[in-house]
Amino acid sequence: MPSPLTEKQTLEIGKSNKRKYMLEKLSARIFLLCALLSVLSLLLIVGFVFYKGSHPFVAEGYSFIDFVFGVDWVPSEGKFGIFPMIVASVFATFGALIIGVPIGLFTAIFLAEIAPKSIAKIISPAVQLLAGIPSVLYGVFGLAIIVPFLQNNLGLAKGQSLLAIILVLAIMMLPTIVTVAETAIRAVPKTYREGSLALGASQIGTIFKVVVPAAKSGIMAAIVLGLGRAIGETMAVILVAGNSLIIPTSLTDSVRPLTTNIALEMGYAFGTHQEMLFATGIVLFSFILLLNFVLAKISSKGGN
Amino acid sequence: MRFIKEATIGLLVLFLAALLSACGIGNDSETESSNDSKGTISISGSTSVGPLAEKLAVKYEEKNKVNIEVNQIGSSAGITNATSGVSEIGMSSRDLKEEEKANGLNEVVIAYDGIVVVTHPSNKVKNLTIEQVKQIFTGEVTNWKELGGDDMEIVVVSREDGSGSRDAFQEIVGYTSGELVRSSIVASGNGNIKTTVATNKHAVGFISFEYIDHSISTIKINGVEATAENVLQQKYSLSRPFLFVYKEEHLTNSGQQFIDYILSQEGQAIVSETGAIPIK
Amino acid sequence: MRKFKDNLLRGLLWFSAFLTVAVLVTIVGYIFYKGYRLINFDFIFGDYSPAGDGGIWPMIVTTIYTIAISLLIATPIGILAAVYLQEYAKQGRLVKTIRFATESLTGIPSIIYGLFGAVFFVTTLKLGMSIIAASLTLTIIVLPVIIRTTEEALKTVPHSYREGSLALGTTKLQTLYKVILPSAMPGILSGIILSIGRIVGESAAIFLTAGTVAAMPESIFSSARTLTVHSYLVTQESGDIELAAAIGIVLIVIILVLNLSATFISKKLNKADY
Repeated sequence: MPSPLTEKQTLEIGKSNKRKYMLEKLSARIFLLCALLSVLSLLLIVGFVFYKGSHPFVAEGYSFIDFVFGVDWVPSEGKFGIFPMIVASVFATFGALIIGVPIGLFTAIFLAEIAPKSIAKIISPAVQLLAGIPSVLYGVFGLAIIVPFLQNNLGLAKGQSLLAIILVLAIMMLPTIVTVAETAIRAVPKTYREGSLALGASQIGTIFKVVVPAAKSGIMAAIVLGLGRAIGETMAVILVAGNSLIIPTSLTDSVRPLTTNIALEMGYAFGTHQEMLFATGIVLFSFILLLNFVLAKISSKGGN
Repeated sequence: MRFIKEATIGLLVLFLAALLSACGIGNDSETESSNDSKGTISISGSTSVGPLAEKLAVKYEEKNKVNIEVNQIGSSAGITNATSGVSEIGMSSRDLKEEEKANGLNEVVIAYDGIVVVTHPSNKVKNLTIEQVKQIFTGEVTNWKELGGDDMEIVVVSREDGSGSRDAFQEIVGYTSGELVRSSIVASGNGNIKTTVATNKHAVGFISFEYIDHSISTIKINGVEATAENVLQQKYSLSRPFLFVYKEEHLTNSGQQFIDYILSQEGQAIVSETGAIPIK
Repeated sequence: MRKFKDNLLRGLLWFSAFLTVAVLVTIVGYIFYKGYRLINFDFIFGDYSPAGDGGIWPMIVTTIYTIAISLLIATPIGILAAVYLQEYAKQGRLVKTIRFATESLTGIPSIIYGLFGAVFFVTTLKLGMSIIAASLTLTIIVLPVIIRTTEEALKTVPHSYREGSLALGTTKLQTLYKVILPSAMPGILSGIILSIGRIVGESAAIFLTAGTVAAMPESIFSSARTLTVHSYLVTQESGDIELAAAIGIVLIVIILVLNLSATFISKKLNKADY
């Protein structure tokens, strides 16, 4: 027969409940704090990069317009113009997209829809693995194979070129695009395919008219991720870019994209020069924002 | 996809906010860094002085209980680090500029170095005048045949802005960064120039004596071979000092002892082993 | 006509897949072909020597240091942040802001992280070019990965688990530690392994924050170079493709082992749980 609780026991339960309650509250606070850390990090990053990067324009009287549209980059003479690098980044990114996206998407479609199961089972994980390989290795490959190949086969004076960057970036983004797009395509419900096939559409017709449109948002995400990798890539690009300060007029010109400019000169820079590299970072940042924005627009248009 | 749109708009707002707040943030004053060494000497700077400093450090560490950190980040950055106290000693492969001297830096010449103009081994051009070197690097001459070589385009390879080797080279040859031919390949580090030149028969670049090997061909200047002897006899004009720079208040005892060691006979023997030129 | 178009497209699909596989096989094949001769015990466990005939042990140690420190900080913070977002927070402006911040962090290129690390951790906090500065920078880089994967994992824990546990009179905290987190473990672990991959592969951010000292790090306040940075530098500085490729093999093997263990762990834990 259970005896009624003594007064002392009740008190203790009350105490332990109180402690539990306090603990609950405290831990909730701690969790919140952890979650807020990412906000803090973002603020710090944006804050510091912008503070450093805007200093020359705010305090030293440099013109931001001259910075963005200037064609001369001679830090030791106080000339900071990054227009050639902006052009180089834009060309390199779009070039890589034009090559990498169709090949990547088609590979993803192949793996998800057409390939015999046994083949897909080998290739998919292998490609996934390649997405994790350090990008520097793609640069090493580019320098050892692609650069000499271009130099010898196109009769160029130097193989370090916009074309070399585009090829390296296109290859680098392939695994990312294939992996993400394949997952998206596989996620399209079977009933879609069955319905289309039942209506007499061919397998290929079904894939391109039904399955791919249904997986559109996932495919867009794949492209955005691939794009992010391409614009942000630095070390692999340094190895094959040549880093010349000219506005490219052909695919065989050697160029210096924005990321490369930062990594190449950061070690050597101080004072205004260093701040201008942060400003280069701001432009890179804005560039990425703009591209994401445009892609979001395109995909929402396509949806209607 | 909606997320990306929202994220973009959000980031844009943040972007503007940051731009505004940037103007308001107070100055980040450089506070004095601590002086205690814990047995570590931190050295940073020139990628030309770096390999020499590393070898000296290895030998020195064998005999002394001290840890020497050598960071090869370029002359200008090394000088900045020595000034701010981030590094105890800075390495420079060029003379200090006036404004750098004004910060109270001391300099010690630990060795001399020659800079050599290099080409692909297959290149027939083996001798140039200083004037011709200038014409190559400023883009006045763009084909090897104008210099007595084969009919092929010249690919100029230069170091990046801020490199001590580049500053020293430009000063001796007599052109400025603004005059450097725009289409030149910019390579970071002596090794990078060497590999670029070694793998491209069109290319011409300049490296420090220490990096000379069989993969590239060296050019005589006004008929004078690039050798240590010729530098010491002042026949070969493309040379510059290797400096250790430091601020009195940042230099520890172990740092001072390391410098003394380098200047000793033993240290200078290592200097000449590595291909640099001893001071005595 | 339709048949022709179908066949053309089908051909293109086969061709693209073939091209992708061929290119990727070429790259991996090339790296193995170029580098395998250098791989031996001394190469992996030998000390580095400036002469170039030494091993890569100091770089491996540095890589392990950066992984350990970044994960030590990022994992608890990341998991707790995810717990807050999934289990505690009321959906509102605050949660939206946090989500948005984590997503934005994912999109920032590593060179920007490098810039930030160089000015904040290295200069402002006076950590100098060091393993700790690089690790803190990496912490921010992998934090979103861990938060995201943990959130996904928490989402898959059935509601009935929570209700069942709470109905037994446990507190929210007890439910969390005893029921929810254990069932979400496989997902969390795969997030951690993904993060290791990201850390191992990172170069630009580490290059600017840890420096390039090629020696065994004395402590976490020493400047040092990781495997990936080393591979970049030997390509850049000495043009030694064979050495770079040999380091590449080590890196690829590490990534392979990580991927396999991720698959293995999640399978094993799934079995144990249900």
